[in-house]
Amino acid sequence: MSVRVQSQRFDAGAELNAFSAGLENAGAVVSFTGVVRDRDAGGMVAMEIEHYPGMTERAIAAIVDEARTRWDLAAALVIHRHGRLEIGAPIMMVATASRHRVAAFEAAEFLMDYLKSRAPFWKKEIGPQDAAWVEARDEDEAALGRWSPGQD
Amino acid sequence: MIDCLYFAWVRERIGLPREQVETSAATVLDLVEELRAREPRYAAAFEDLSALRVAIDQELTDFGASLAGAREVAFFPPMTGG
Repeated sequence: MSVRVQSQRFDAGAELNAFSAGLENAGAVVSFTGVVRDRDAGGMVAMEIEHYPGMTERAIAAIVDEARTRWDLAAALVIHRHGRLEIGAPIMMVATASRHRVAAFEAAEFLMDYLKSRAPFWKKEIGPQDAAWVEARDEDEAALGRWSPGQD
Repeated sequence: MIDCLYFAWVRERIGLPREQVETSAATVLDLVEELRAREPRYAAAFEDLSALRVAIDQELTDFGASLAGAREVAFFPPMTGG
């Protein structure tokens, strides 16, 4: 299980190859890469991501631990960047490996849902003249509900 | 003495990322009331608590939480990772 929080760019393909190498009991590998996109109105020049050093690593580790208790994972990887990111650059990736694909897909979605709303990162869209914090969306918070039946 | 940390627009409104606060506040909410009373920039940052999240010693909690034993309290908007 590997968690990395870094400012440097990473190569998602190379990371996935390294993650997949040497997995003998995993019949399924799932990965997701988040990429900086231009805002809907266009004209964004970069994204800046602030985080809470210390809490970030702890929060992600707790999320990965929770995923491991729910699914039988052979391996899991989370990489999340902070600092200034150009449009088109990778922001983060998760990869999961399991014996079967359902567990790998579900665990990857679980990791994504929790990273979005429970890991202390804040995105800011930088335009040529202005900058604006990205607001959390109700849908992202609601997405957590499906992992905890009986709770809101 | 508690280390107060501010992130994202909370940091921008208050104008600093962290500070040591001399307080005997019993709960997060008591601490917020003390900060609000200091200066308008704090009142602006803490205007709407439903738009804020709080962590004590790097664990998410709520505004009613006790500060007993707390070393670090962080205030920030809802997270936007992923």
